[in-house]
Amino acid sequence: MMELFDFIQQLFTDYTSRTIGLGTIVLGIVSGVLGSYAVLRRQSLLGDAIAHAALPGIAITFLILGVKDSLFFLIGAIITGVIGTLWIMGITRFTKIKTDTALGIILTVFFGFGIVLLTLIQQMDNANQAGLEDYLFGQAATLMEEDVFIMASLGGLSLLVVGIFWKELKLLTFDPQYAKTLGFNTRFLDVLITSLIVIAIVLGLQTVGVVLMSAMLLAPAAAARQWTNKMGVMIILAAFFGALAGITGTAISASMANMSTGPTIVMVAVTLVVLSFIFSPIRGLLSRKIRELKSRKTLRKSKTLSVMYQVAINHENYDHPHSFQLLNNFRGFHKSCIRELRNEGYIAVTPDKQWKLTKKGFEEAQNLYVQKNE
Amino acid sequence: MSAPQIEIQIIAVVVSTACAIPGTFLVLRKMAMISDAISHSILPGIVVGFFITQNISSPILVLFAALTGLLTVLLVESVNKTGLVKEDTAIGLVFPAMFSIGVILISRFAGDVHLDTHAVLVGELAFAPFDRLTVNGNDLGPKSLWVMGSILLLTLILLFAFYKELKLSTFDAQLAASLGFTPVVIHYGLMTMTSITAVGAFDAVGAILVVALMIVPASAAYLITKSLKKMLLLSVGLGITAAVSGYWAAHWVNASIGGSMATMLGIIFFLVFMFAPSTGMISVLMRRRRQKLEFAMLTFLLHLKNHQQKADSIEEQMVEHLTGHFRWSRSKAGKVLQMAEKNDMIRIDNDVVDLTEKGEQFAGEAMHYIITNKNTEPENIWNKFIMFR
Repeated sequence: MMELFDFIQQLFTDYTSRTIGLGTIVLGIVSGVLGSYAVLRRQSLLGDAIAHAALPGIAITFLILGVKDSLFFLIGAIITGVIGTLWIMGITRFTKIKTDTALGIILTVFFGFGIVLLTLIQQMDNANQAGLEDYLFGQAATLMEEDVFIMASLGGLSLLVVGIFWKELKLLTFDPQYAKTLGFNTRFLDVLITSLIVIAIVLGLQTVGVVLMSAMLLAPAAAARQWTNKMGVMIILAAFFGALAGITGTAISASMANMSTGPTIVMVAVTLVVLSFIFSPIRGLLSRKIRELKSRKTLRKSKTLSVMYQVAINHENYDHPHSFQLLNNFRGFHKSCIRELRNEGYIAVTPDKQWKLTKKGFEEAQNLYVQKNE
Repeated sequence: MSAPQIEIQIIAVVVSTACAIPGTFLVLRKMAMISDAISHSILPGIVVGFFITQNISSPILVLFAALTGLLTVLLVESVNKTGLVKEDTAIGLVFPAMFSIGVILISRFAGDVHLDTHAVLVGELAFAPFDRLTVNGNDLGPKSLWVMGSILLLTLILLFAFYKELKLSTFDAQLAASLGFTPVVIHYGLMTMTSITAVGAFDAVGAILVVALMIVPASAAYLITKSLKKMLLLSVGLGITAAVSGYWAAHWVNASIGGSMATMLGIIFFLVFMFAPSTGMISVLMRRRRQKLEFAMLTFLLHLKNHQQKADSIEEQMVEHLTGHFRWSRSKAGKVLQMAEKNDMIRIDNDVVDLTEKGEQFAGEAMHYIITNKNTEPENIWNKFIMFR
């Protein structure tokens, strides 16, 4: 725990920690925002495929340049990422192979090719080659100030584009047919948002790695989705969750020995998802369970009341007392129900342990009875 | 070829065969990404199993990892069932989480054992022959060959025993259920087998390449044939081809064998995707172009028939009319006319187009089909009248 505080302190004082912290925050924001589109447009697994397809791009760039350069790596990764995406689109468009199979094919083949290139690079007599393997699982510690600068500017540019095309993209996400009939160029918008997602993924490769980047893209958005039904709110929340996961994950991995950054950030993000799944007030599993129990209780109560009513109308006055044994024949009878009906004033219990309907209870039951028979 | 080289190739062939069989069903059931999720998620199972058994090649470890794979499937299904996120997001969240747990466990607690994350992702087939199974001092061959051999045998036994159940539940789950075959059992059986195969092959080719060996050959075979038996044989054949050629390619440039196998699979798939007869991209594009032309010709013939006995017939039958009224480009109009003339549908006299008897009959039948939408199959009309395409 101590180390965690140290890290937070370092965040403001130490140059390296500040760089890394800023980098993961930027990454979290960008992937949170664009991940929201991926989740809503059902392109979740595309992110995984693109991330894997970026690996050969990085390797080829290194083979050409012979040095490690974040900007050129990004360009290389984007190029192979786009090639992979186009091939996926081609496969689903021209053959009977379905999207998820196409994703699997591209993902594994490109990754395999990337691994071949990496093993080739390892044999080269180039001192610069060390650290390319970090792209598999990510290594936030390798982030430099210029990397963060590139991430921030490219990411900022992407967010700007999202802002400019805000209403078009929103429409495209929820009702592409309608967008088309209104005369928007949906193919252009489709390519636009997919390219932005590619950029977001590629930006995260150095920090989170190709294998786990898809989770970084999806988790903040999936968590944010649980708290709201509004797109704008969701995107802001996703950006916040992404930044939170990034900085917390980096802090944890920095303060513990042998903790890779990528997996740690992913675990924090997934924890946020699980918490949102459980505790979100409207869609959450907990509130859903509570609602379910509540409505079950109400149902049981009104059932009990209606049975009592049927017993009571056989007598001249509704508040004629009856024994509790009378209710035993009927399934669903519950002691807690009786208690609650009594607390709410629908029935009264006489001193000799018998029940009778009150006026309020009688009217309520009559009301129920009328509703049922309508 | 040295002995280890032969052994590596035998292992590669066995692994690719064992992967291609469940892979065929995964592709047909559209569950390719589930296999990806499984192969990633068995990592924590292997790590935990290793902590318990302290033996990297214990059968309990395989069992443990296979159970984790099954757990992943259940987890994805239960997340999906909550309805909070869509299925693809569920897959995309579950397996990175499982994989992260595995990676963290390895880097935290197993730093000094032979279980590093890079090997987990891509495996190292080159080392497989050096881990040998010895009983009473007798060398019985590489251990992974025995492991994968048994898995392959199990796969084959299950395939032959449950072939018709698998086939039926893959293509028509409802019918299978109504006939009492319980597709659920088949589903989880297949998932278990996929997990076991992934665990077995993990050592040799790693988590991601297992998926390549499962779905890429099956997808290529899917484009070539429509029969399940042929698809199974073809995907095994393509898998073996990629395995052996991948080995030699890796040997030649001295690179990762697993990666090279996946690259070969990619090349094979690309060739099939481009050039497969009737399903490949080129033949699909050619068919679409031809159909466009045939449709244009039909439109033109119907137009001629429509205007034949009317006052303005000469004007409507002029060749220029094609570019004027139809707004076709000159080259398209030329192609249409050429096709119609070649098939003896029209005759051209002084730039005035006239239907021949055959053309009239064709237009009539096509019109009849369009109006009634029954009796004659459109394909039959087409085949009856169009000889040259």
